[in-house]
Amino acid sequence: MFRQAIEVLGDFGLMLYRALVAIHESLVGGRGRRIGRANLWWQMNRVGISSIPIVCLVLFCIGAILELQMAKPLSNFGVVPLTADIVSLATFRELGPLVSAVVLTGFGGAAIAAELGTMVVGEELEALEAQAIDPIRFLVVPRVLATMIMLVCLTVLGDIVAVFGGMVVGFFWLGIGVRQYLAHSREMLHVQDFVTGLIKAGVFGLLISSIACFMGLRVKGGAEGVGLATSRTVVYTIVALILVDLLFTAAFFYLGF
Amino acid sequence: MDEPVIAIKNITKRFGDRVIFDGLSLDIYRGQTLVIMGGSGSGKSTLLRAMMGQVPLDGGEIIANGRSISFMTGQELMDWRKSVGFLFQSGALFNSMTVADNLALPMREHSDLPESTIQIMVKIYLQMVGLRRHLNKMPAELSGGMKKRAGLARALMMQPQIFFYDEPTAGLDPVSSAQIDTLISDLHSKLRVTSVVVTHEIKSAFRVADRMALLHRGRFVVVGGPQEFRSSKDPLIRQFIDGLSVGPLSDPRGHEDYEKDILQLG
Repeated sequence: MFRQAIEVLGDFGLMLYRALVAIHESLVGGRGRRIGRANLWWQMNRVGISSIPIVCLVLFCIGAILELQMAKPLSNFGVVPLTADIVSLATFRELGPLVSAVVLTGFGGAAIAAELGTMVVGEELEALEAQAIDPIRFLVVPRVLATMIMLVCLTVLGDIVAVFGGMVVGFFWLGIGVRQYLAHSREMLHVQDFVTGLIKAGVFGLLISSIACFMGLRVKGGAEGVGLATSRTVVYTIVALILVDLLFTAAFFYLGF
Repeated sequence: MDEPVIAIKNITKRFGDRVIFDGLSLDIYRGQTLVIMGGSGSGKSTLLRAMMGQVPLDGGEIIANGRSISFMTGQELMDWRKSVGFLFQSGALFNSMTVADNLALPMREHSDLPESTIQIMVKIYLQMVGLRRHLNKMPAELSGGMKKRAGLARALMMQPQIFFYDEPTAGLDPVSSAQIDTLISDLHSKLRVTSVVVTHEIKSAFRVADRMALLHRGRFVVVGGPQEFRSSKDPLIRQFIDGLSVGPLSDPRGHEDYEKDILQLG
């Protein structure tokens, strides 16, 4: 069991290494090493653009919920406007990247695993190899890059929408003026809050796509195997996201960011 | 005789307890169409994949173009694969691409030809397999036979000198089977390519073969010309060609532990 886990982790590490080498080669290499802009754009569109409405909806609600949850305890101290500080900080540093990543896991990660798994079952992967096309470069790299880029973009959008959600609740239910709310947010947020959130988003994107690709490429046993890989991708990715988030938060705390 | 294009030398392979190849040896010569026959699960497709360097061997070696496939560098393996056309059992078209894009992919990946030239080549090869009017269709819109013909056209795009066909006529109606066989024979006669055809369809095998081999229990038990196979009195060949249910190729029924098993006597 332990040995098997080590082997799986080793295979995952190897795939990730080959993907990173392929990204490097695609930037400096010639024909047969390129990712293909059209392929990358198509993946970005498929993974990211389609999940914009759901990310916006979820983060708007998260901002609103946080605003309401914080209002009660802070009203006891007569500092209700400070809810803006909490919503902004929590969103930019933590909830924006994490919630966007969880949504993208269900949306893009599961789709990637299912797509690659179906390709494995349909001999498409062997067909790629038989044509001397590296599946890592052709299939994994565009999906990894697309997910990383789109998760960073979604996080920026999600951060703004979550603060807007909090602001709407603050304005209509708690009587906090828009200018007052924005002033509190601006005062609380620093560049590093934004940057640390984006660093997390990039790493989360790498995690989602690489786990999804790994699970998809390891599919065995036809349609049942594809279903299993898809559900495992979602579970493993969410667990990995939380663990890596904890590591990042601890590291940023230790470094004073 | 010429140097073989591919030399299979005493290869062994096991999947768990199951022996797939047990000291298998065979030479494949330039311009020859070799048909490898054998029952389901006898290792025919695995042999093709081993010759493509997709299945690592436990022992022995496969020499292609003078180099052992097991010891080829990544680039050498890529070059070897580029020189081989492979028709998969299902056609293995990429479902997210149109037929035209499926054909264009290897050229876009491996050549510097302008897109307009690639599109012309796509039309030429689709015309060869009778699918020119279907170039904008998705694979899901094609029948089984059309998928195989499209797969064959895709394999032709890189103009390989060696072709591997994995069950090219399996699951096809007699007319589609005959069309595929005609395409294989035409390629052989017009382009003098070396072909390795894996099949268990006897009619199809005799239509295309210069040389035949019967794979059984990890070894080639018989290798010879189609005429030798037709006239052979070897019980193995007779059972395979005549499709007899009883004979040396049949799976043993395992009577020896049947009673123990059924009575759960351990």
